Amino acid sequence: MKNKSLVSIDDYTKEEYLEILRVASEFEKNPVQNILEGRVVATLFFEPSTRTRLSFESAVNRLGGRVIGFTDSSSSSVSKGESLKDTILTVSNYSDLIVMRHPLEGSARYASEVATVPVINAGDGANQHPTQCLLDLYSIQKTQGTLENLKISLVGDLKYGRTVHSLLMAMSHFNPTFNFISPEELKLPDEYKLFLESKGIAYDEYSELAENIKDSDIIYMTRVQRERFADPLEYEKVKNVYILKNKMLEGTKDNLRVLHPLPRVNEISTDVDTSHKAYYFPQALNGVFTRQAIMSKILGLR
Amino acid sequence: MKEDKKLIVSAIQNGTVIDHIPAHNLFNVISILGLDKITENQVTFGTNFKSDRLGRKAIIKVSGIYFKDSDINKIALVAPHAKLNIIKDYEVVEKNEVMVPEEIIGIAKCMNPKCITNHEAITTRFDVMDKNGNISLKCRYCQKITDQAHLEIIR
Repeated sequence: MKNKSLVSIDDYTKEEYLEILRVASEFEKNPVQNILEGRVVATLFFEPSTRTRLSFESAVNRLGGRVIGFTDSSSSSVSKGESLKDTILTVSNYSDLIVMRHPLEGSARYASEVATVPVINAGDGANQHPTQCLLDLYSIQKTQGTLENLKISLVGDLKYGRTVHSLLMAMSHFNPTFNFISPEELKLPDEYKLFLESKGIAYDEYSELAENIKDSDIIYMTRVQRERFADPLEYEKVKNVYILKNKMLEGTKDNLRVLHPLPRVNEISTDVDTSHKAYYFPQALNGVFTRQAIMSKILGLR
Repeated sequence: MKEDKKLIVSAIQNGTVIDHIPAHNLFNVISILGLDKITENQVTFGTNFKSDRLGRKAIIKVSGIYFKDSDINKIALVAPHAKLNIIKDYEVVEKNEVMVPEEIIGIAKCMNPKCITNHEAITTRFDVMDKNGNISLKCRYCQKITDQAHLEIIR
């Protein structure tokens, strides 16, 4: 993995996922180390994403590295009309590693071709967000003790949700069974169903939440966003159907954990927060360990 | 009336005849092969010939040029059933078919308006996906698929 950019979750093999998770668990035991001393990580956020940026910066800071960068494109030379290529070539001179968030799809692949240092994709439009996927894998492995043979319910926006798509691609290595629970308008695209069928992975599709999570090991919640609906009436009809309430967790498996990439709006009722099955805040903490692992592997320090 | 193509487009002594081009893609083929840029060789083309298979087809005859496979295969995007006749001294010495290439570099535009290739000066790159003769292109950058109906050739 040394010097290898991370643009898409399928840039890495199953063995490489597992290696990152192993190193992440070492950082969880010992998160403050000086292994990045003297190193500079550039965080280039062409659109704001406070949570992802802070997670990366926390990861770098706890390892003794320094961070340079910008938090949205209005405070960079992009606002003067500089091309992405020129920005990346310039910042390559100033840093050992580039972490980039950009609203255009494919921008991270392009940046990785242009840059003279490795690039980590921190989200390129609706396309890919591989570090989120790896922290999801870490959270699943940590809470279930394994990634193999799990029953995973994915809930909400399965059409546009890139975290959902990346997660099912990554989990396809570990013989899962999926429940897809979404409104009709936001069903999983056929290309992903064909992919699962080609790998012999079983799945069911439902439009109702409460009845279909009883045998799940993981519930992965996502936001159903108003702007995804052409007809506002359709949104009004479904917006309250995909809200997870504490009462729905009655009768679910004891090892069930509820994940969410955050930020949450109303799709998980706050009364779930106190349940031992709620895992979305520890999941965000796992993001720091996972990103420590990814950066130190790419820099050849682990 | 019996159709006699030889009367409509004259024969060539040496060169290449490209037949079975869908009529509506004639100018895309001309553009992809750069025939609109060459200054020496004679190029004749005819279009809207009746074809059982294509409805209306076009033919291009290029004097004195034998295309490399890697060049000619680029037209698979717009003329997957095209046939090539290699002409030497008025005789057809070789017949070739267009092979669908695995990768297309340049030529086509990604249909995703949010793709980086539509915002910066980047050569497009696609993996070619061929499902039962239906060719579509998967963008190496944004991963989105551009199908035949949305295919736009960069000229």
